[in-house]
Amino acid sequence: MTTISGLIARLGAAVIDGVTRLGTFVLFLLSALFYAILPPYKPRLLIRQIRIIGAESFFLVGLIGLFTGMVLGLQGYNTLRRFGSEGALGTVVALVLVRELGPVLSALMVTARAGSAMAAELGAMQATEQIDALTVMAINPVQYLVSPRVLAGVISFPLLTSLFDVIGIWGGWAIGVKLLGAPNGPFFNGIAHNMSGHDILTGLYKALVFGLVVMWVCCYKGYYAARMATGVSRATTEAVVLSSVLILAWDYFMTSILL
Amino acid sequence: MESANHDSAAIVVEELRRRFDHQQVLDGVNLACPSDHITTIVGPSGCGKTVLLKHLNLLLRPDSGRIIIDGSDATAANARGIDRIREKFGMLFQAGALFDSMSVFDNVAFPLVEKTHLSRAEIRDRVLEMLEQVGLKGMEHKYPSEMSGGMQKRAALARALVHRPKILMLDEPTTGLDPARSHSVHELIRATQQKFKLSVVMVSHDVPQVFQISDRVAYMHAGKIALFGSVAEVTAADHHDFQQFLAGKAAGEDERPLSQVIATPGR
Repeated sequence: MTTISGLIARLGAAVIDGVTRLGTFVLFLLSALFYAILPPYKPRLLIRQIRIIGAESFFLVGLIGLFTGMVLGLQGYNTLRRFGSEGALGTVVALVLVRELGPVLSALMVTARAGSAMAAELGAMQATEQIDALTVMAINPVQYLVSPRVLAGVISFPLLTSLFDVIGIWGGWAIGVKLLGAPNGPFFNGIAHNMSGHDILTGLYKALVFGLVVMWVCCYKGYYAARMATGVSRATTEAVVLSSVLILAWDYFMTSILL
Repeated sequence: MESANHDSAAIVVEELRRRFDHQQVLDGVNLACPSDHITTIVGPSGCGKTVLLKHLNLLLRPDSGRIIIDGSDATAANARGIDRIREKFGMLFQAGALFDSMSVFDNVAFPLVEKTHLSRAEIRDRVLEMLEQVGLKGMEHKYPSEMSGGMQKRAALARALVHRPKILMLDEPTTGLDPARSHSVHELIRATQQKFKLSVVMVSHDVPQVFQISDRVAYMHAGKIALFGSVAEVTAADHHDFQQFLAGKAAGEDERPLSQVIATPGR
């Protein structure tokens, strides 16, 4: 009897704990968005975060975009040649990059680079009472620390994705056309004819949502990090894992809706 | 006597209660910290003194009871009212809590930049004056990571006082400092209190050294203020727990459990 009631009590406690956490997680985003539109505005903080999330990820995202495009050019050319359709190379490379790989891989790279650093930074600020210090100085820590990061993510991710796409297409062209000898004209003609505004917008919508999700998760994990030596490392790991899972899961759902 | 006491009190706490899960951490705290004096809260580990301070600086909300800071009831205030009350006091955190992405100058200037409309020149003057007061003249371009623990605390003290509050709250200001540095931080607190006519509330484990600069001592035990009075009154009191606490401290016993000492490296 006692074991059964104990089991039910534990199950209930776990459910309440889970629901509470989920509620905190959602309220965290809502308050970050609410305080983002509420004055005082701090453009200085926003620009700083755009620099950290966006500008400083430029090289990495460009590099990953280049290699992704190059491998697409290589694989695409060798596959399409079997069907004698080398002319479709441009279309294949561009569509795959713009619709899928651009937003997903850029988001994963920015998570690894800026998202993990963000979780660690906020976690360390929590551990050393810097977040409490802001509160005591009558400065809202969510407005000061989280809102600019979330906004910067929403602004930076589509821009980084665009960069990824352009460099990727160039990489695919360099390998497919210049190195392997696919026809140059059809490469660009195919892109111009087969890629619609909807394709480009789909990719940018995805990037925008990923920007929001990654910054939300990484800030949340850092902000609520446990105040001990392992708290920061655990927050960083959880932030990267959860962000990556959410990026891939959301990508599927968004694709099925937007397709 | 009670009401006269309250009129001249910087902070009044009435029947403050707070429960965490199954533990009643604050169990009816009553305290009146007099203006222009240094009130020190001491007590064994786990007695609730840090939790009490987190209620005084309004980081935590009580289950019941009242906190009146400089005449304003903080427990009845809304978010904006709480922000206004917060501007009346400065807070020095245990490890300083300086923003490590900013220089000392920017740290100390931070409250003025964020919360006032002072000009750059005025802010600069106030910051440099405050840094000189805490003995950090010429250090304004250093970063917190480049300074010793004692210097970080001085910088944090300057930040806590730069907006000229009436009340200063300190959380174990000498933790992690050697005896000589502890002494000089105590001296600095006393000198600053006198210069700016501050009402100081301090949580300290540095017993009995901290008594040298304390005007009032509150001994906390099991979620209540068990003993309150001047240093002479408190040390002379025939209070078994307090005498035992004093004897334990004098014997050099560390008040934190061993597991906690090991769990906080680098402090």
